[in-house]
Amino acid sequence: MSALLDHLQRPTLGIPDLTAVLPEILFYGFALVAVGSAMAAAMAPKIVHAAFGLMATFFGVAALYAMLGADFVAFSQIIVYVGGILVLLVFGVLLTARTEASLGLEKATTKNFAIIAGGLLFAVLVFAIGGTTWPVANAPGEPEPTTEAIGRAFLDPEGMLIPFELASVLLLAALVGAAYLARRRRDA
Amino acid sequence: MTLLLAIGLNEYLVVGAALFCAGLVAVLSRRNAVAILIGIELMLNAANVNLVAFDHWRPGQIQGQLFALFVLVIAAAEAAVALALILNVFDTSDRIDVDEIDTLKG
Repeated sequence: MSALLDHLQRPTLGIPDLTAVLPEILFYGFALVAVGSAMAAAMAPKIVHAAFGLMATFFGVAALYAMLGADFVAFSQIIVYVGGILVLLVFGVLLTARTEASLGLEKATTKNFAIIAGGLLFAVLVFAIGGTTWPVANAPGEPEPTTEAIGRAFLDPEGMLIPFELASVLLLAALVGAAYLARRRRDA
Repeated sequence: MTLLLAIGLNEYLVVGAALFCAGLVAVLSRRNAVAILIGIELMLNAANVNLVAFDHWRPGQIQGQLFALFVLVIAAAEAAVALALILNVFDTSDRIDVDEIDTLKG
């Protein structure tokens, strides 16, 4: 068995050593999932299909976060986006279901112009990204658990404590406001 | 296997750019308000991909991930308020297409 592995890992052979390029394969796979389903979310004729495309995008992006060593952000992404925002969106789709509106009767010209605008912006961004030297380290850091560092940064009075508390108050105010706005009026 | 590019910062930035452009297409072309919200969520996710990617190439620093978490919180608040507004408008005017909600138009 080990002789077989030696045989497979010898670089002079024509057989590609897949363990060496596994990060690349995973990256391109997850990126394809994220971008492909984002396009489905942007262009699917039915809104419910767009919502499910968005779910696949969230999972693909969470996997990319995990590959970037951001374990806490990856799981927050799944819990908050898939467990919270996406459920809200699906509720919104269901509560506002109308046959012609939920079929998304976009004008063909509008859609074509939007796709051209998006494609042009993407070309400009790729050109700009390729032509820029970013002031970052040459090699990424070693992946290590980030939860403790994030918790300490959020509760550090010298660090992010005040923004963290402000975000908490903002979330509370937004949710109370949303509950107030979304209530059904009996007297109307 | 030199054909495959090594994954650097730029590859992640291109993914972020693609997500942003998909969101832009949704915001520009959709008429259903909930679908426009889906496009906005895509754009926020694109920004987060960039933040976390830059954070990864700054070893020992965590600020990028902290900002990504703040974006997550703002996105949750924004989705809740926006959906409440959409449901309220739908309740009172029975409309979901942003083209048709033009009561204030002069």
